[in-house]
Amino acid sequence: MAVHTLDITKEHCPMTFVKTKLKLAQIPEGDVLEVLLTEGEPLNNVPRSATEQGYKVLSIDHVEGNVHKVLIQK
Amino acid sequence: MFDFSEEELTRYSRHILLKDVGVEGQEKIRQAKVLVVGAGGLGAPVSMYLAAAGVGTIGIVDGDVVDLSNLQRQIIHTTADVDKPKVESAKETMQAINPHVNVVTYQDFLRADNAKDIVSDYDFIVDGTDNFPVKFLINDACVMAGKPFSHGGILRFEGQTFTHIPGHTCYRCIFKTPPPANAVPTCSQAGVLGAIAGMLGTIQAAETLKYITGVGELLVDKLLTFNAKTMDFRKINVKRHDACPICGKNPTVTELIDYEQGTCDLASHQK
Repeated sequence: MAVHTLDITKEHCPMTFVKTKLKLAQIPEGDVLEVLLTEGEPLNNVPRSATEQGYKVLSIDHVEGNVHKVLIQK
Repeated sequence: MFDFSEEELTRYSRHILLKDVGVEGQEKIRQAKVLVVGAGGLGAPVSMYLAAAGVGTIGIVDGDVVDLSNLQRQIIHTTADVDKPKVESAKETMQAINPHVNVVTYQDFLRADNAKDIVSDYDFIVDGTDNFPVKFLINDACVMAGKPFSHGGILRFEGQTFTHIPGHTCYRCIFKTPPPANAVPTCSQAGVLGAIAGMLGTIQAAETLKYITGVGELLVDKLLTFNAKTMDFRKINVKRHDACPICGKNPTVTELIDYEQGTCDLASHQK
């Protein structure tokens, strides 16, 4: 099981989740995507949308400043 | 795989966000080849929405030029396009909406001698025509080629549509043969509320995109009709008939036919 990474700290809603979906579409089933995102809308929306659309959110951790790391399994 | 540019991701973001479409669905839309027969009242909204959606290849068939009287409903054409071939005007609008789309134009009417060839290049066909002979021709060509299509018709304040996929109800299962020439008035004789074309055409565009992406349930074995005066929508169950002259057990229609058109239609086409 490989872990892929995606930095969407410079993106705004809804491109944050669009970019997340693109990356998830590109990785094999079962792999994990590590998403770096900022507080506020991205942190509120990306994990929720991922769960709604059938992906598994494994963890959400604070990294530094306003940046958080979300692990999503395809 | 899924090689979308930043520009495309932004352009198609509202599709990609949908759980049922997503990146995978948008890729299917990009790979799709759809033929729109008629660049008129129905063909206009159909073509514009398919272009906006990013359908990779859109073929458009029409032998007419834009007439001032078309502009009340054929929103793909503008006042500056009067006298221009409709397919050219339609192509310009589609490519202005979305330059990623490849538009193939056929500046001709669909006939028994060209229908099979044209239809064979596409995954899905949309009937946006205004007369019975061509509606039967589209049905027959698609049934013979095993192609799915969306039927659409409008008149005055009413519209009807269904979607054919091989093995299910076809136009001839519902209407065996065209009505006698001039028995039923055409839009040019009876009139049509312009927005009705948009109502029905956008239903056809949605059916096309549903077919491409595999989302939801199509209007297969169901005839949708509406009357905009009351805004009543009805879905009537229809079924494939063993006695259907083209898709039944003993087909009598074995080659494409150019039925006679009403004299009013002929006069307007020869003008």
